[in-house]
Amino acid sequence: MLSAEEIDNWNGGTPPAPAKLPPALLEVSGLVKHFPLKGGLFGRGQGVVRAVDGVDFTVYTGETLGIVGESGCGKSTTARLVMQLIRPDDGRIVFDGVDVGGPKLPLKGYRAQVQMVFQDSYASLNPRMTIEESIAFGPTVHGVSQSEAVARARALLDRVGLAPQRFAGRYPHELSGGQRQRVNIARALALKPRVLILDEAVSALDKSVEAQVLNLLLDLKDEYGLTYVFISHDLEVVRYMSDRVMVMYLGKVAEIGPTEQLYRASRHPYTTALLGSLLSMDPDRRTTEAPLAGDPPNPINPPPGCRFHTRCRSAEALCSEKVPGPTRIDGEAPHYAACHMADRTSGHSRAPARSPV
Amino acid sequence: MLFAPADVKVPAVPIERSPGYWSTVWRRFSRDPVAMAALAVIVLLILVAIFAPYLAPADPYRGMTLRRLRPPGTEGYPLGTDELGRDMLSRLMYGARLSLFMGVTPVFLALFIGAAIGITAGYVGGWVNTILMRTMDVFFAFPSVLLAIALSGALGAGIVNGLISLTVVFIPPIARVAESVTTSIRTRDYVEAARASGASALLIIRKHVLGNVLGPIFVYAMSLIAVSMILASGLSFLGLGVKPPEPEWGLMLNTLRTAMYTQPLLCALPGVMIFITSISFNLLTDGLRSAMDIKA
Amino acid sequence: MSAPLLEIERLSVTFSGGKKLVRAVDGVDLSLGRGEVLSLLGESGSGKSVTLRTVLRLHNERRTKVEGSIRLDGTDVLALKGRALTDFRGKEAAMIFQEPMLAFDPVYTVGQQIVEAIRQHEQVTSAEGRKRALELFERVRIPSPERRLDAYPHEMSGGMRQRAMIALALACRPKVLLADEPTTALDATVQVQILLLLRELQRELGLSVIFVTHDIGVAVEVADRIAVMYAGRIVEIGSVRDVIRTPRHPYTLGLLSTRGHGGGLSGDRLPAIPGSPPDLTALPPGCAFAPRCQLASDVCRQAAPEAVTLAPGHLVRCHRTADTVKGLPKAAVTS
Repeated sequence: MLSAEEIDNWNGGTPPAPAKLPPALLEVSGLVKHFPLKGGLFGRGQGVVRAVDGVDFTVYTGETLGIVGESGCGKSTTARLVMQLIRPDDGRIVFDGVDVGGPKLPLKGYRAQVQMVFQDSYASLNPRMTIEESIAFGPTVHGVSQSEAVARARALLDRVGLAPQRFAGRYPHELSGGQRQRVNIARALALKPRVLILDEAVSALDKSVEAQVLNLLLDLKDEYGLTYVFISHDLEVVRYMSDRVMVMYLGKVAEIGPTEQLYRASRHPYTTALLGSLLSMDPDRRTTEAPLAGDPPNPINPPPGCRFHTRCRSAEALCSEKVPGPTRIDGEAPHYAACHMADRTSGHSRAPARSPV
Repeated sequence: MLFAPADVKVPAVPIERSPGYWSTVWRRFSRDPVAMAALAVIVLLILVAIFAPYLAPADPYRGMTLRRLRPPGTEGYPLGTDELGRDMLSRLMYGARLSLFMGVTPVFLALFIGAAIGITAGYVGGWVNTILMRTMDVFFAFPSVLLAIALSGALGAGIVNGLISLTVVFIPPIARVAESVTTSIRTRDYVEAARASGASALLIIRKHVLGNVLGPIFVYAMSLIAVSMILASGLSFLGLGVKPPEPEWGLMLNTLRTAMYTQPLLCALPGVMIFITSISFNLLTDGLRSAMDIKA
Repeated sequence: MSAPLLEIERLSVTFSGGKKLVRAVDGVDLSLGRGEVLSLLGESGSGKSVTLRTVLRLHNERRTKVEGSIRLDGTDVLALKGRALTDFRGKEAAMIFQEPMLAFDPVYTVGQQIVEAIRQHEQVTSAEGRKRALELFERVRIPSPERRLDAYPHEMSGGMRQRAMIALALACRPKVLLADEPTTALDATVQVQILLLLRELQRELGLSVIFVTHDIGVAVEVADRIAVMYAGRIVEIGSVRDVIRTPRHPYTLGLLSTRGHGGGLSGDRLPAIPGSPPDLTALPPGCAFAPRCQLASDVCRQAAPEAVTLAPGHLVRCHRTADTVKGLPKAAVTS
């Protein structure tokens, strides 16, 4: 069955066979967050940073949604907005069919179900609390007794590969980066969440340790039936971990779709450029041309129309005037690209011709 | 769905406990010879102050004008006598009580009040922060000596009034430090993680913020003790604060001024005591600061 | 084969700053030919950055003990002192760092700093210096170079700053360029640009480069030869093709297999190297990689392996090279 959103975004052509998608667990729509710039009287009036400027996506139960993008794209801010650590300026988050923050799902209840693992493993742990105290804190907030919380903490430490007798009584500065990140994962799991948001959780680790932690994450996902949102700048790792990938650029979604389809046949020029920036592993076939020139722009004054048009090789006049909406790409699983070239109705010279109905 | 603790068999082996934060701090501190020396001096001074009645050879209040301004080394008066013939050694010992008291008490009172203001401002942020901190700034704009004198002058001389004015002087700087430390801690990932687990603001402050914030605030406050002592001495010197015949080092400096040309050594003695005490507190604070700076 | 430009022999660097001694570099032999790019590949604690910094003598003299020898074009680098040392830095060998914001003084414009660097080593007027700086900016492809010379570091974007840093390093026409993870902090699309730029400059100017990185992809894109480091030792060194196509050290094999993410591996677990990076204050006797190595035997644990020549220019420090001809056996996956 096509959802209302899919029907709204329908752009003609043969409808795909309705894919058997698992139920949507997290539905984010119209998420907006602008940060005021300091300066001027009372610290305002110098403009805003449009960190997140209208983001829609869905996370289905049991999948891993990867989010990629470069500096300024807003992926970390999006994560914090989904976690409600920052209050969004606009937009709606629906968890398991219920509005987050509404009467049926107050924030505290939501937070027990969606947890986050941060990038900086050291800063994520209170340096004055022992490992098991840090892990046991979350459950105690939700009414679990101290003794049971500690027992749960020890069991989780064991599960993430850190022997409780050696690690439970230690302090964060005595552990290595990889070990601390395992503690952070244990801490996130202590609340028995359904969704885990991993914000560059393995980026600061050595490659050899990163592989171990990724394996652990996959094991835990299978064992506990978790759903992951995996944010990273490392395209290879995202490809390995994710079922679907969302590419962000300057606060908006550029493309979102099934991993392999996106990686092999991307439909947004930014995605193509990003994938083209992957380094070669073959010394005889080195990269000869950089797909994009210049640096990722600043989200303070984004270009009008399509945000990418200033760096896009296929940009036309239309692109600086009209913001492209998400266009559905043919395929089984939902795949959208926010580009005029994918939209038959846009008027772009490279848009696919309308097929005879 | 998720496991139950009973599913996982954790061996019943005792958990190794790492030494806690303060024991680690003490271990590091005790390895610093300068800091330990400073601590020893301060402990000595405190003991002298407490046991002054038993240690002092003479009554600090009774003087014989016939024996005024005797130099140190005079028989019976190891450090000489002051302008009213009172034994200097005894007066210095009793002076330790008042001087230390006037140094430490205002700072500790200011610590409580200033920390409360600063932590609240730092954690809550927004307009609450603005109102609190700008109010503190108003007081902070006055040079501390001037402010102390003005307040003492308005309140009148006397120990209690001196304490009040000194406390008021120290609240703004402590509040400032508290606010800045709290603000920096508030944005740390582990505080975000605690918010993400649904904890209330008060719980977060109690469990996560206080433990990490009180340390630096405390160390900063300790560095103010020396300043407080000197300010108190200054107030007494000017006739505010402590009144004669109480022995207080600053007051003694004032009253011995007349002997500056005839018995300079005598005159300098209370100043030397102030110097020793302040520098010991400063070195102690430096040592504490280094010891508390535990990096990964 | 002309004489190598840079020769490092039996280099060992020990730090005595903390409670225990840290042996960051343990007997490294390297040579860099003229116009060659050598990549030092390794993870944290491998000693790659320390080796690089020792070439410029950047470590605190009192807390560092350096043994061995470093010769650049005949000059004994470790014996340089005072004026000779400051003359050496920047002119004979220059460095680009990971974080360009840290390499630039925030209160001076970028142009001023480049001119300062030039005038430190050569007798030129300020106007001449500025002309040279402009040429450099054009060479590193900074758009609107005239304007950018007068920009402050914080006014430039990440990629631009990195280009400016490269310009600064090249200002005095050094013989050797030492690159310490210059692209690690950059976005993917910018990283590619900078790597291509470095390759181009290296070709044009005939620079010899030592490029330190933890990313295999980076090494493949720029290097002629790769030296893989672990716990302060070079465990494998060879031409880029040798090391990437026919790696023979278990650590190199492990690194390359974790890099083969993407396509083929989805669904399976990654072949991960077990254990954690080594503790440089307490290195085990024998091979430093033994605690994590699938093929470790008693010999490995007792005796540090000597270098074995597998092919001309391809050396491996391992006792078990006979067993790695076809890669690592499929081991139990660790997590």
